[in-house]
Amino acid sequence: MARRYDSRTTIFSPEGRLYQVEYAMEAISHAGTALGILAKDGIVLAAEKKVTSKLLEQTVQQEKIYQLNDQMCTAVAGITADANTLINYSRIQAQQYLMTYNEPIPVEQLVQRLCDLKQGYTQYGGLRPFGVSFLYAGWDEHYGFQLYHSDPSGNYSGWKATCIGANVSNAQSILKQDYKEEFTVKEAKSLAVKVLHKTMDSTTLGSEKLEFATLHVGSGGKIVYHPYKPEEIEALLKAEGVLNAQTEPVGQ
Amino acid sequence: MEVLLAIKGKDFILTAADRTSARSIVVMKQGEDKSRALNKNILMLYSGEAGDTVQFAEYIQRNIQLYGIKNGVPLSTSAAASFTRKELATSLRSRNPYHVNVIIAGTDPKTALPELYWLDYLAASVKLNFAAHGHASYFTLSTMDRYWREGLSLEEAKSLLNKCIAELKVRYIANLPEFTVKVVDKDGIREIDL
Repeated sequence: MARRYDSRTTIFSPEGRLYQVEYAMEAISHAGTALGILAKDGIVLAAEKKVTSKLLEQTVQQEKIYQLNDQMCTAVAGITADANTLINYSRIQAQQYLMTYNEPIPVEQLVQRLCDLKQGYTQYGGLRPFGVSFLYAGWDEHYGFQLYHSDPSGNYSGWKATCIGANVSNAQSILKQDYKEEFTVKEAKSLAVKVLHKTMDSTTLGSEKLEFATLHVGSGGKIVYHPYKPEEIEALLKAEGVLNAQTEPVGQ
Repeated sequence: MEVLLAIKGKDFILTAADRTSARSIVVMKQGEDKSRALNKNILMLYSGEAGDTVQFAEYIQRNIQLYGIKNGVPLSTSAAASFTRKELATSLRSRNPYHVNVIIAGTDPKTALPELYWLDYLAASVKLNFAAHGHASYFTLSTMDRYWREGLSLEEAKSLLNKCIAELKVRYIANLPEFTVKVVDKDGIREIDL
């Protein structure tokens, strides 16, 4: 019976559910974990890359964390191809706002614009919803640093620390336990490493499996987006004391 | 024949607009207010083609108010000026462009920082310390250039505005008996007597 309500994304099942949207969320819960932690002076985004093969060329540095504009970046969990279209869309929206108002788009407004698009695919027929969840890290003059999460249904919410992808419940409970309001970026980074270390499937933690980025106040009060290079990730892992001895640092 | 004037002060903008509604060479009415409040702290003065002016001003006014309702935060003065400039630029390249010149005066309610923008129907936008639109600029800009300085008090700005209006009464051919004078500061927009 359930099949009858699966084929169309926009039809409610008798229990009042939208199966395709729920399946999209299910798809995300198998993707690599991505987490975000809000600190006083910035935000940390971290993500787990699922390495499929040793032979895979690792030249593409960022595949799960992207910059949206000068003061926003996002981490992705789900179908990367879907994410690319949505990231493209939000970059254009951000620039259009800048063109109209000559000031950067407030964080929540960009999140809202993207969620409006995602919501459309749960209502208009014939197409499947986007199979991606996002974590947005951003800064604006109204509310300072902000962290948002959005899912395929088009819902979004603001967080102090949250996570998407595989092993969500595990990671969430560690975050809930260890998060403190007065965190600095440095402390947030070590919590991010700790969470990933404890929740990732593989025992070895190395730069080839991780992505890291921070958004923080730089010199002169400017907001800086800092995507971590493999060497920087290795150095961070080493400093946190979780670098596995077996993994060789990249480039050596 | 219309006159729009604005002077930036320490923490306010003083604006003046003539109250004459004219058609060709005939004065149709006195007592016209040639301004609209875009939100609590931003005022727009307008002049130009009759009909276009009010239509355009209210279109901008309602869009900026919609922004405030939709997003829970009011638009800043510079953002409102940029938005208006973009609308004028789009209109200019359409089949029937608006022929409207505006002055946008706003004071940030939190920082009390006053900002003044001068825009014409060709969508040029300039941030200025004092501004005038139309023929009046020929008679008043020199006066404002001579006497304007950073950090004018309201009384000083009023006396400068009086000097400008006196100049217009002496030298300008048009008969302009009345002006609407408004102050935009961090507490909002209010009309005052000179």
